[in-house]
Amino acid sequence: MSIEVNLKTAQEMGLTADEFEEIKKILGRVPTYTELGVYSVMWSEHASYKNSILQLKRLPRSGKNLLVSAGEENAGLVDIGDGLAVAFKIESHNHPSAVEPYQGAATGVGGILRDIFTMGARPVAALDSLRFGNPEGPRVKYLFENVVKGIADYGNAFGVPTVAGEVYFDECYDENPLVNAMAVGIVRHNRVAKAASIGVGNLVMIVGSSTGRDGIHGATFASEDISEASEAKRPSVQVGDPFTEKLLLEATLEAIDAGLVVGIQDMGAAGIACSTSEMSAKGSTGMDVNLDLVPLRESDMSAYEIMLSESQERMLVVVKPSDEEAIKKIFTKWDLNAEVVGKVTDDGILRIRRFGRIEAEVPSKTLALGEGAPVYVRESKRPEYLDKLAGIDIASLPEPSDYNDVLKRLLSSPNIAAKNYVFEQYDYMVGTNTVVLPGQGDAAVIRLERWAASSKGKKRGLVMKTDCNSRYVYLEPMAGAEHAVVEAARNIACVGGKPLAITNCLNFGNPYKPEVYYQFERAIEGITKACTELETPVTGGNVSFYNESPNRTVYPTPVIGMLGLIEDSAKSLRANFTRENDLIAVIGPERPEMGGSEYLKVVHDTVGGVVPKVDYAYEKSLHAFLQEAAMNGLLHSAHDVSEGGIAVTLAECCILDRDAKLGAKIAMDFSMRRDWTLFAEGGGRVVVSYHPDRSEEVHALLKAYHLPVEILGVVSGDALQINDTIAVKVEELEGIYFGLLPGKFRITAAV
Amino acid sequence: MTTGKVGVVVFPGSNCDMDAYNAFGSVLNRRVELLWHKETSLDGVDLVVLPGGFSYGDYLRSGAIARFSPIMNEVVSFARKGGLVIGICNGFQVLVEAGLLPGALLRNSNLKFVCKQVYLRTETTSTPFTSGLKKGEVIKVPIAHGDGNYYADDNTIKGLQDNDQIVFKYATAAGEITAESNPNGSMLNIAGIVSRERNVIGMMPHPERAAEKLLGSDGGLVVLKSAVESLN
Repeated sequence: MSIEVNLKTAQEMGLTADEFEEIKKILGRVPTYTELGVYSVMWSEHASYKNSILQLKRLPRSGKNLLVSAGEENAGLVDIGDGLAVAFKIESHNHPSAVEPYQGAATGVGGILRDIFTMGARPVAALDSLRFGNPEGPRVKYLFENVVKGIADYGNAFGVPTVAGEVYFDECYDENPLVNAMAVGIVRHNRVAKAASIGVGNLVMIVGSSTGRDGIHGATFASEDISEASEAKRPSVQVGDPFTEKLLLEATLEAIDAGLVVGIQDMGAAGIACSTSEMSAKGSTGMDVNLDLVPLRESDMSAYEIMLSESQERMLVVVKPSDEEAIKKIFTKWDLNAEVVGKVTDDGILRIRRFGRIEAEVPSKTLALGEGAPVYVRESKRPEYLDKLAGIDIASLPEPSDYNDVLKRLLSSPNIAAKNYVFEQYDYMVGTNTVVLPGQGDAAVIRLERWAASSKGKKRGLVMKTDCNSRYVYLEPMAGAEHAVVEAARNIACVGGKPLAITNCLNFGNPYKPEVYYQFERAIEGITKACTELETPVTGGNVSFYNESPNRTVYPTPVIGMLGLIEDSAKSLRANFTRENDLIAVIGPERPEMGGSEYLKVVHDTVGGVVPKVDYAYEKSLHAFLQEAAMNGLLHSAHDVSEGGIAVTLAECCILDRDAKLGAKIAMDFSMRRDWTLFAEGGGRVVVSYHPDRSEEVHALLKAYHLPVEILGVVSGDALQINDTIAVKVEELEGIYFGLLPGKFRITAAV
Repeated sequence: MTTGKVGVVVFPGSNCDMDAYNAFGSVLNRRVELLWHKETSLDGVDLVVLPGGFSYGDYLRSGAIARFSPIMNEVVSFARKGGLVIGICNGFQVLVEAGLLPGALLRNSNLKFVCKQVYLRTETTSTPFTSGLKKGEVIKVPIAHGDGNYYADDNTIKGLQDNDQIVFKYATAAGEITAESNPNGSMLNIAGIVSRERNVIGMMPHPERAAEKLLGSDGGLVVLKSAVESLN
């Protein structure tokens, strides 16, 4: 089969004229159709990071606890002592989810889980950071329901607890939902598997599912804008099979534990093309692969289709010839394919055979990210909207008269209201390690008891959270990105954990637009600043461009997935008040920073102003205080002030434990406008509660850390009462807060 | 260590096998082993646990394929001889498919997977699994399933009632049986039933997830503990 290859063919596959010329120069001839396909997916934005890699290299990517540098392996690896390491990473599956939400989201979860267990780590938690358009829209409802169901069905059947995440709604995501999936796994240092193909003469095997025609050119599709034509790309979306993934997990870890794996990489975007070229490039070797040996779902598939298929639940494994039978035995036990398809060679060439012909013969390094794939610097231009929105006169907005009403309206904002409707569809307990459950605290805690050897290690827990207030990033890209990192860290500190490292998922519009590229550059600067200050290096992540449609571009959304460690998971703090008569205080400075607040958006329909600024010296003291106070048992609860300001924080503290709701009597200082005092989100503040008997110790420790604090009141009664401004029964607050999402998305008919 | 060995069956797709293993092993300090579904012997265990998960992906009816696994022949004859069997969640579905317990588990009435803490009211204490409970006692145990809506025809339901086979019902924290406390639409709020011979229990809630206070509740531990203590 030979299809004529020319510039038009190349452009149809998403390559530029310059890139086509470059390929011809590398090969010294016109590429075959299969070769062109392989270059087009490997040089797509999705696989090559060609427009982002130079910026990504500015991120702080080293630190004392990192065992591999960002981008070196399939996921970042952080040492947590006791001979244990944590592999974690976040990835987007935005484009597939925009056209086929159920499978798009499901395979997003499947892909990130494979990234974790391909390193030899057992996944112990999943998180999902989701963004949708206005929930009143029927298309948005469809996307939301099916994305959540896709995540649930995949993660639940696979058997990983989905323990935390975020769900935001904003019109800017109407056509472009963001589906970012994060996974966290644990591995012993001596069991870490590598993604390099080494050892000339070693065998190359494909294990797991058979290869079919699904997902061909998925990576290319993910590298363009969403438009009406995108619906036609539905066949580019892969189909997930969590049952096979569960078998693949067990078989893969068994093979790695038995020492049978020289190198291994999962097949996600760009399938065999990507795994063969990247593993060879990393090992500075070549590979000779006969596609006739690949288990296929349809026997007549061409070399092009097999190379580009994104069929899920497959791995490429390099093994010693003497281990072939042992590997096959393990995969057969789990009812999975394990076929030798080729050999590692010494010539650096990826050679692909099909039906007795050589269909591709290309230097593997010319395909791979960080090697031969193109690298671009894009034009950057400060968007005009920034000054305009920053200059909006917020001071002249009228003060509301009924504050009970404002509080209720904020609690009914889908961005603030309880997300039980979402997370109760996820199995967040499987594995019996989840100590802080979703909806209980500011971050999730997974205990390490079953992993650690030392008694100190057994007490420890992993703490994790994703964060990004994209409205802040839209208004001030750098400050907003800093805020995302710092809020994630603060959330981890609120349960008593110490932030260790981050992974990020950078969701932006079309990088060929200078204004979008400006947002991207500035967000990278913000993450760099915050991660440097907090000493939480970036272990890896993912960039998703082209999140735009003809109507709009999404807010720049650099989602931060943070990992932390708590010394004693039994002392984890929850957000809710726990005891009548406890004292309530707020730590941190009050600041008149209303920009980007949920209050302005919900009550005044305004997006603008100056967003809250980060004070790093304060944040670091705050985090240290919270860790120490939690471990010393000084506090009964801690909850950070975010969307909706201190009024919403206090309401949540009263009602989050629905079985034991408590009221609060608050007498606070209104030094600013009342609405600003109640609903401002800045200052990095945290509301804490503690036993009156411990008050002296709490305040002594706060003083030692030079932290400003205001005593607000006591846990008491059956209503939230703030001065003479707000008084609402906790039952009513609970009804609004927990009733909103079920009310909006109530099922009316079986789908 | 005391007498009695627990065996946890591992089907392809089981994912609460290690949770049950750890609850019996680490928490209750009992001898426990995993039984691979392709095995044809129960290896002398005294209590068989069919764990939660998605056996064979549950792509057909939940539990419908697992019941044909080789080890199920042994489980069925073990049960027929009076051996103790606990089926949790997917394990309950397998027991129903295997004919060891009556009825069926339909899709949840809200058509969604539901994971949350629920309250169970103890309906009978005359089983080896509830001997440590008082009649009417309420325990807090989580559920996590998509197909937990218990259904049976009127005769079967009457039989369950007449023979005191309903073990747990979904209830409020105060022990009231209400529509609001029913998380999946089960008939009569049924959360768990026992065989007529009282040696096989199936329940949708996960007692092995409620075996340690650190994880939010140890309300389910009594079920596992009663079972192993009855072996002594």
